[in-house]
Amino acid sequence: MSAPALNAPKTARSGGRTNYEMWSWIFMRVSGIVLVFLVLGHLLIMNILDGGVQRINFAFVAGRWSSPFWQVWDLLQLWLAMLHGANGLRTIINDYSERDQTRFWLKAALAVATVFTIALGTLVIFTFDPNIS
Amino acid sequence: MPKASVGTLYRGHEGMWTWVAHRITGVAVFFFLLVHVLDTALVRVSPNAYDEVIATYKTPIVNLMEVGLVGAVLFHALNGIRIILVDFWSRGPRLQKQMTWAIMAIWLVLMIPGAYFMLIHTVESLFGSTS
Repeated sequence: MSAPALNAPKTARSGGRTNYEMWSWIFMRVSGIVLVFLVLGHLLIMNILDGGVQRINFAFVAGRWSSPFWQVWDLLQLWLAMLHGANGLRTIINDYSERDQTRFWLKAALAVATVFTIALGTLVIFTFDPNIS
Repeated sequence: MPKASVGTLYRGHEGMWTWVAHRITGVAVFFFLLVHVLDTALVRVSPNAYDEVIATYKTPIVNLMEVGLVGAVLFHALNGIRIILVDFWSRGPRLQKQMTWAIMAIWLVLMIPGAYFMLIHTVESLFGSTS
């Protein structure tokens, strides 16, 4: 009796997609660790220490953004949190939307909201004017 | 795509519920973030516009929602660390259940004083200061 013929081995999926998903997986972990410090620090300062939100107003924001340290903190936090969140939502859309059309439009809306929010937040940090009337 | 999920092994245990909670808290925090960038952007409009909107954050009901937000972010952060440990630490997969109970304990220990300091002003303004 001869050995059964084996199918040719399947080739690994080539092209961008596999690699993209791997980088997205790594990005979630790396950005996640950085965000633990940035966001929990932000929440501790803004919501818990020294009266929390009760003391926040325009002057408080102006005081913080007079320091490059907090500008960089907020800028990094904005970009990482938005990209981390958008990538998470992309995964969820892929998981639950069954029709191609639905998936496409949900991701398009997500992309628009993400680009808009990152651009707006970046603009505000860079063009903040403490003497605005 | 097959829809039937009869007989799956992955049901109803710590691993599934933390996965569900990770998604729910992640989505909730993302939508808050969109709103939060918009409200902060009002500093480019005028100090008044910003202060007026921030005043709504200081009301009792929104103050309570802030505790929910911090609780959601803290869970997402702790569970994210657990996921990383499961992925990269050699003993992580074997200890994932213990780590689930550990992050719950850490969450509770941090949230009790956190909620106290977040709510103390609201409680005092509603029921009068004891000091």
